[in-house]
Amino acid sequence: MASKGSVKQAEVVPGKGLAAAGPAVGEGSGASSDAASGPAEICLEVRSNPLYLSAARELVAAATRRLGFLEEASSQIALAVDEALCNVIRHGYDRDPHRPIWISLFPEGNGWGNGLGNRSGNGGDGVVPGSVETRFPTLMRIVIEDEAKQVDPAEIKSRDLEEVRPGGLGVHIIKSVMDEVRYERREPIGMRLTMVKIRRESVEGVENDSTSTNKPATAPMVGRNDGRACGGGGVHG
Amino acid sequence: MADSRKNPDNITIRCETRDGATTVAPIGDVDLTASPVLRTELKRLHGLRPQRLIIDLSQVPYMDSSGVATLVEAMQMSRKSGTKLVLCGMQGKVRSIFEIARLDTVFTIVSDTDAALVA
Repeated sequence: MASKGSVKQAEVVPGKGLAAAGPAVGEGSGASSDAASGPAEICLEVRSNPLYLSAARELVAAATRRLGFLEEASSQIALAVDEALCNVIRHGYDRDPHRPIWISLFPEGNGWGNGLGNRSGNGGDGVVPGSVETRFPTLMRIVIEDEAKQVDPAEIKSRDLEEVRPGGLGVHIIKSVMDEVRYERREPIGMRLTMVKIRRESVEGVENDSTSTNKPATAPMVGRNDGRACGGGGVHG
Repeated sequence: MADSRKNPDNITIRCETRDGATTVAPIGDVDLTASPVLRTELKRLHGLRPQRLIIDLSQVPYMDSSGVATLVEAMQMSRKSGTKLVLCGMQGKVRSIFEIARLDTVFTIVSDTDAALVA
């Protein structure tokens, strides 16, 4: 086991990179979902050691459940994060267990997405007024960044499933369970994966949208990687 | 004869041979940490050339693609050695990943170990 490995929670200060963890809930009013551009509400920096996979997926699953995603959707998001981390560990870092990976969660919609929690009334005590349809975010955007070797994003794709063989399923799984998936090179080093999951049902099991089984043509993801994910822009040793 | 192997990678693997079948039961999440442990055990068991190898997944709450790959390898080994490979006891999340990978129709999958003995 790598003694250097660590799991730490941190909060991003825009323009300053990682800072000590602190309360994310603040005050304000009226931000629309389209105005979402704040820092990540949850940021996890983890070493590229497979031992920490369970901690990462448990955190993601717990956070998304708390934010109104049903058990199945939360499990799918955690699975996608797990698969993404596995790909970074195996292919990006060639199983070096000491390299950094950043996981940033951006709940958006219904007043979320400004880095201040739900601005319509979350007073910071964990009790959020309003119906389950309005007090929780409408989607979760997850950004995973690394300092691994860069590859052409166009070459990251699912393989033919007709061929039954071990391996190569990670990208297919990620694309199957998430609504939007985008790989890109990260400056000045590494790769960035952005995934979006739409919340289609409330925690009470009420359908938000009668067409919910259909994935939307586009999710509001493009242009959102504005450097406020916890990976920042620096190079870590 | 039952055999239980505990290791530091958060997985326990129980093995038992009865009625001419060898049953291997991993206990815990089968992810990138645990898959190599399960792979080693499945290779060891295939070396014993059992007629029937049952993988009881009833105590596996979570599996990722590395675990799926391990079971695909086991299936390939079984085909070569003439061993009948049966999976049983899949929980919902594990079955879901098999369905996503479209492997649920490739493996012989049954409800429990009793059914696996006659599948």
